[in-house]
Amino acid sequence: MKIALFVTCVNDLVFPDTGKAVVRILERLGHTVEFPVGQSCCGQMHANSGYRAEALPLVRNFAQTFEPYDAVVAPSGSCVAMVRDSYPRLVPESAPVASRTYELSELLVDVLGVTDVGATFPHRVTYHPTCHGLRMLRLGDRPRTLLRAVRGLDLVELPGAEECCGFGGTFAMKNAGVSAAMLADKCGAVVDTGAEYVAAVDNSCLAHIGGGLSRRAAGTKPIHYAEILAAE
Amino acid sequence: MSGTGNIVARRPFPAAAKEKLADAQLRANLRRATHTIRDKRLRVVGEVPDWEALRVAGAAIKDDVLSRLPELLEQFEAAATAAGAVVHWARDADEAAALVTDLVRATGATEVVKVKSMATQEIGLNEELAAAGIAAVETDLAELIVQLADDTPSHILVPAIHYNRSQIRDIFARNGLTALTDDPPALAEAARRHLRAKFLAAKVAISGANFAVADSGTLVVVESEGNGRMCLTLPETLISVVGIEKLVPTFRDLEVFLQLLPRSSTGERMNPYTSMWTGVTPGDGPRTVHVVLVDNGRTDTLADEVGRQALRCIRCSACLNVCPVYERVGGHAYGSVYPGPIGAILSPQMSGEGANHTLPYASTLCGACYDACPVRINIPEVLVHLRQTGPHPAAERTAMRALSWTMRSRRRYAAALRAARRGAAPLRWAAGTSVRRLPWPMSAWTAARDAPLPPKQTFREWWAHERR
Repeated sequence: MKIALFVTCVNDLVFPDTGKAVVRILERLGHTVEFPVGQSCCGQMHANSGYRAEALPLVRNFAQTFEPYDAVVAPSGSCVAMVRDSYPRLVPESAPVASRTYELSELLVDVLGVTDVGATFPHRVTYHPTCHGLRMLRLGDRPRTLLRAVRGLDLVELPGAEECCGFGGTFAMKNAGVSAAMLADKCGAVVDTGAEYVAAVDNSCLAHIGGGLSRRAAGTKPIHYAEILAAE
Repeated sequence: MSGTGNIVARRPFPAAAKEKLADAQLRANLRRATHTIRDKRLRVVGEVPDWEALRVAGAAIKDDVLSRLPELLEQFEAAATAAGAVVHWARDADEAAALVTDLVRATGATEVVKVKSMATQEIGLNEELAAAGIAAVETDLAELIVQLADDTPSHILVPAIHYNRSQIRDIFARNGLTALTDDPPALAEAARRHLRAKFLAAKVAISGANFAVADSGTLVVVESEGNGRMCLTLPETLISVVGIEKLVPTFRDLEVFLQLLPRSSTGERMNPYTSMWTGVTPGDGPRTVHVVLVDNGRTDTLADEVGRQALRCIRCSACLNVCPVYERVGGHAYGSVYPGPIGAILSPQMSGEGANHTLPYASTLCGACYDACPVRINIPEVLVHLRQTGPHPAAERTAMRALSWTMRSRRRYAAALRAARRGAAPLRWAAGTSVRRLPWPMSAWTAARDAPLPPKQTFREWWAHERR
């Protein structure tokens, strides 16, 4: 199977370790991963902010770049939700490649049939299901199933887990006050778990939560769950 | 024709929200109330094995109504008229409020009792009646609280959600309604005593309707307290203000909605009182029945292919109760009688003016509203659609265009990543992996949270270095 990594623009620039983790996990499972360098951004920020025309070239670029691959994997629930949910409406020709685009846990559990990726991470971790992964992709228990199989990992439940953290892309800037109020509640819930790490499938939400945690000098650190699954 | 009345925000949402966020008591009240209703709704919805099928049916029935609205409206008019009702048509809020005021004036009444109704809030009826020297008495407990407080509703179903019980007792006390304690039964008893006299004296009642059945001309009011039943049966004249999207084709269609509505709104299996009336019944109930059908921007909304699904709304307010934004700021921040997620897509579409263009941005697109909606309105989809059609700030437009232009070319994109990574180097040197303060416009981010800094190597640089 020809698997391509769509690393996403945020991960490419700010969280490259997450992309490396995906490569490591898949190679450890015996798969070959390619990184088509023609990729850039899925266009989610443009589309969700009301800039459809500006999103279209990015959608076309994605479809063209990933067309040759059997499966596309991305370590981001919201970028994959953009691709699978919006692409077919924005550019109908992109529908086939959009349907072959998976969030990491979908690729692992549904396509490759793996729930134990052979990782070891002896830490107390809580998991925040991000909104687009939860309600658009319906990832359900997949990420948690993968985390539960990690050796040494103590997965603690996050109270109010399904409540939005308040990131929301440009929402965090346009409605900064409301975003901060939501963040404060999420950070409080995270800290109360006593976890060392808060894991999620989206680094954008984690940058927001992690930024809030570090501002209040909390001990809990944000971590993309791919980096836990890659740990040995 | 655009809608008028109490659906136009006067202030941009972020400014109104900022003020509400500072009110700690409000936030505590809202959190407690929304979480209570949220949990109740989840429990009773979980009991219904065919809930998803009911939602699909509800959406399909409403879409059918919307696709042949003119025909069904005329059918309703004919059936209601044949049953002895007088049907009136109003293009907008101003016309509707004037029409109802004239109808009341013609009866000679100087006081009317009201059933809780979003449509009459929408058209600003109480204000219009007051200007004509007619007192409108709200008989729904929460509406009464809001009215006595000289306030406006902040929730579709629970208009006084922003008050807690001790605040309510104070409001009552200021208005001569004595409750010995702030226990809900004591408060309800004080209201009951106050209202009983009003019900018995009233000659005219004003209501809305949850549903209007096209083939029979029947109106339906769904309520919990029985005050509606009193208003609908005791007075001589009954005037109902009904949005044109409230139709269902046949009586049988109510089967779907009478399951969907109570569970979604109050989190009850069935509401205590469902009143239905078809025109005038000699010897029983009101002798004169008026129905005022209101457009007020609904036809404009119907013309939008994506946005029209907002007209499926049955005003259950489940979307408000699950919305993390509503929970923090309350209904008043939305500046319209329709707050929360549904308000954010309904108000701008109906009115097309004022500060309403900021409402579609009052959402993180978390999708909780879509999941909760009993008629499957894809609220996030409509929010994004309205962001697309609404105005954009010039600086933002320039930035978005530049970013898109950069990102659509592999060369330009790689160069931009490199530049960003290099640009962050001094910050990295000074601050480490994250930074506490950034200049405008990123200051909006660092006001509440630290910002992560790009590390020394982008992913693609690592890939090129390690893998080729």
